[in-house]
Amino acid sequence: MEPAAAKLIGAGIACIGMGGAGVGVGVIFGNYLSGALRNPAAAASQFSNLIFGFAVTEALGIFSLVIAFLLLYAV
Amino acid sequence: MAEKPIEPIHQFQIHDYVPFGDIGGAHFAFTNSALLMVITVLVVSGILLIPTAAQRLVPTRGQLIAEQLFGFVRDMVESTAGHDAMKFFPLVFTLFTFILVSNWLGMLPYSFTVASHIIVTACLAVLVFLIVVIYGFARNGLKFFKLFVPSGIPWFIIWLVVPIEIISFLSRPVSHSLRLWGNMLAGHIVLKVFGGMVVGLASVGALGAVAAILPLGMAVALTGLEVLVGGLQAFVFAVLTCVYLHDAIHPGH
Repeated sequence: MEPAAAKLIGAGIACIGMGGAGVGVGVIFGNYLSGALRNPAAAASQFSNLIFGFAVTEALGIFSLVIAFLLLYAV
Repeated sequence: MAEKPIEPIHQFQIHDYVPFGDIGGAHFAFTNSALLMVITVLVVSGILLIPTAAQRLVPTRGQLIAEQLFGFVRDMVESTAGHDAMKFFPLVFTLFTFILVSNWLGMLPYSFTVASHIIVTACLAVLVFLIVVIYGFARNGLKFFKLFVPSGIPWFIIWLVVPIEIISFLSRPVSHSLRLWGNMLAGHIVLKVFGGMVVGLASVGALGAVAAILPLGMAVALTGLEVLVGGLQAFVFAVLTCVYLHDAIHPGH
């Protein structure tokens, strides 16, 4: 296999990791929404916790994106 | 095929406007990135200083914007980092407004997104990390190490938890900087990819020009999403700064 082709395939494989981050972000926002609908009074106070969980989860997806970019442009 | 190949990465190129020459092997210049940073600082200063110069009891629209922004960040710092962290309010406010305005200025055509270069976001993240470490040790002394030992953990799990806590603490500046950089870079690349699809389809012929409406609509929708992401990432950066400052002030969990 040509190295350039292997690079492109590797970048594509690295992007699979983003699916996991997508599941995680969906779980966080879904659970927040269901909790907020049960107890709307407490929802506003938990907004920064929501954003914190979202940010920590999303970082993992960004890591796989970084690996894809590194393979495409830096290797 | 278009005559010039469409490169989604082209928008992130750094151009020298005023080169200062090489000092000690490093290249110094006033670049388009530096120009956008200066414009960002001017815009933020203008929004905050000009309407609040004459303070009125009944605020004007500009003064209301400045006061809302101020109050929003103040509430965020107080609820996330605690009352003791209010001495870091200027830092958090500066970070938040700088990232927010630079992200939104980067959405303008022919503009430049400052946060799309990892060196910028890494500098901001390392600044926050060093402030947390230095202030944590200055305030708590060696008790700052309690950060790595969560309370209420059985003794036989501690040897497993402490290395994980140390690694997670040390990886904070990495994830802090990569998050902002990756979001801005990926969002802008996606915008340009859809823009390239519009140009590519429109150059095929009449049928292609009609089909180009689809990626055009997608690009419009993604532009709206990017404005949202730019604001959200500025907020996330500021909230995480507050969370890390909270750890520096109260290291025991």
